[in-house]
Amino acid sequence: MGKSIIEKIWDRHIVNEEEGKPDLVYIDLQYIHEVTSPQAFEGLRLKGRTVRRPDRTFATMDHNVPTVNRYFIEDDIARKQLEALAQNCKEFGIRLADLDSPEQGIVHVIGPELGLTQPGMTIVCGDSHTSTHGAFGSIAFGIGTSEVEHVLATQTLWQTKPRTLKLEVNGKLGHGVKAKDVILYVISKFGVDFGTGYIIEYCGEVFRDMSMEERMTVCNMSIEGGARAGLVAPDETTFSYLKGRKYVPKGEEFERNVQDWRSLSSDEDAVYDEEIILDGSLISPMVSWGTNPGMASGVDGRVPTFAEDIIDPKELNRALEYMGLEEGMAITDIPVQHVFIGSCTNSRIEDLRQAAEMIEGREVHKGVRAMVVPGSQSVKRQAEDEGLDEIFKSSGFEWRESGCSMCLSMNPDAVPAGEHCASTSNRNFEGRQGAGARTHLVSPAMAAAAAIHGKFVDIRNFKRTEPIY
Amino acid sequence: MEPITLYRGKAAVLDRKNVDTDQIIPKQFLKRIERSGFGEFLFYNWRFDESGNERPDFELNQPHNQNTSILIAGENFGCGSSREHAPWSLKDYGFDIVIAPSYADIFKSNCMKNGMVPIALTAAEVKHLMEAASAPDYELTIDLPNQTLKDDKGFEASFDIHPYWKEMLVKGWDEISITLQYEKEISSYESRTKVASS
Repeated sequence: MGKSIIEKIWDRHIVNEEEGKPDLVYIDLQYIHEVTSPQAFEGLRLKGRTVRRPDRTFATMDHNVPTVNRYFIEDDIARKQLEALAQNCKEFGIRLADLDSPEQGIVHVIGPELGLTQPGMTIVCGDSHTSTHGAFGSIAFGIGTSEVEHVLATQTLWQTKPRTLKLEVNGKLGHGVKAKDVILYVISKFGVDFGTGYIIEYCGEVFRDMSMEERMTVCNMSIEGGARAGLVAPDETTFSYLKGRKYVPKGEEFERNVQDWRSLSSDEDAVYDEEIILDGSLISPMVSWGTNPGMASGVDGRVPTFAEDIIDPKELNRALEYMGLEEGMAITDIPVQHVFIGSCTNSRIEDLRQAAEMIEGREVHKGVRAMVVPGSQSVKRQAEDEGLDEIFKSSGFEWRESGCSMCLSMNPDAVPAGEHCASTSNRNFEGRQGAGARTHLVSPAMAAAAAIHGKFVDIRNFKRTEPIY
Repeated sequence: MEPITLYRGKAAVLDRKNVDTDQIIPKQFLKRIERSGFGEFLFYNWRFDESGNERPDFELNQPHNQNTSILIAGENFGCGSSREHAPWSLKDYGFDIVIAPSYADIFKSNCMKNGMVPIALTAAEVKHLMEAASAPDYELTIDLPNQTLKDDKGFEASFDIHPYWKEMLVKGWDEISITLQYEKEISSYESRTKVASS
């Protein structure tokens, strides 16, 4: 019987296998950020332990950082947390992309940019969106702080072998339908826990056709469907993205690696615990209307009704009340007062290009506050080189410094209570973007169009001479 | 970690599905660098209004849910963010056990690292417990070594837990000390696979 890429990577990383115990799995790379690491470092200190592989650990500052006046952090507690990270990295010899670094940015944006994330690896971070790195054909998953400490001390984790889920999307996506729409469609169809206990392998033409950045968007939101990890087998798209990046081997070693990475692909006769097959041509641009990522609909659709009985009536009632929406209302009737383009889901250069294309020569709707937060300093520099910042600014968008920003509003960027935000982030949970804030998850192009119109519009109806990305 | 074997306590009911960790402990409380003191912020936006007053209609603010140490909730409890602050705040508030039909993977693992038992029962069993728990003086007894849960009225259920995690919880072991005993295996793996610096 053949093996899937998931089993191949897993088997390569088993340090110890014995009856009655989970596998002891080797971790190739751990990313660290300020929020979920201080207690882990403190745990090491209390027991007099060291970091086993500082060379396999990389840290950045992202969750708390202000996106304007970034060196002036008003919040004392946030500043102390950033200082603690700097101190811990210094003490344990860990590389850190701090606020001064040209490499600083959201952990899941800079890891791939720097070429730290590579196919076949096991990667962890104290952050659930670590699943992003699966786009490169690695097993990458979020862990808690105790596990962060465990990996720092031992470079391993005790893990039971996950079940495997093959999610195949065939066909071609329609104009204006992007990676974000594909993953929102999948989660809205199967729910926020269909992936619990599984690692997903994304297969089929739709994912093969995607760029690395689009694959990252999909894998990023695996966790919103309950799967700790989701991956795409590495291919030519992966190898050409990786070639020449800072931490990727060069020359012959690169070629040797490519050969090995190719062998990771699932065997033809691989057997999965579960398989789902979908038709990509049926997907519309998506908008979430409720309080979890499964509560989403095509932009041409409506908010569900109680009579349809799609969602538990108690949950539907609570979501509608929080979101200030009526059952059965058209998605395009939802007003938008805020637009956030950013987060580890959609803050990369292609995302910004798509958004800029939608707004070029237009103005942000009166009464809408719109903001772009590039995922990293590198994305920001490239966007500025391409003149995208000018397009955003002249349309009325704010152009900010890199960080997690309004995805979870740990820094000063937040949406006021009761107001609606078209957001390219990953979670529309209650209070996520601010107490009482009403988040609608969309693609960058959909967010940009909402900024222009002050409500959601079907971008497939935009009259353009050039095709929409 | 305190060992857990036989446990008895009163249960609070939070009859909601897909309770995410952003609700369990909102982001504004994640900036602290300590592990303790998160209980007062548990379910903050649900427990308190904008002025900081208790919302009387929130489940945990109701009189019959006071002085409880077991939380009964709906399916997919603890979904979303990996923040371990979620079990820290539940534990600090006073919950040692959670009972639900299912859990998000990362939350479940985080609970066990903190001496908390996430017990998964069938949806029908959880529904029964949610109804029964509103009775005054209703208590549950959990026998972790035997993986059973019962009340004083004849209800009894069994639950699954991986033997490794059960042993860790029952003995209150520090997992890192256990793993460090595998130093030879880890080193041998590293030299076998030539784990190079990145």
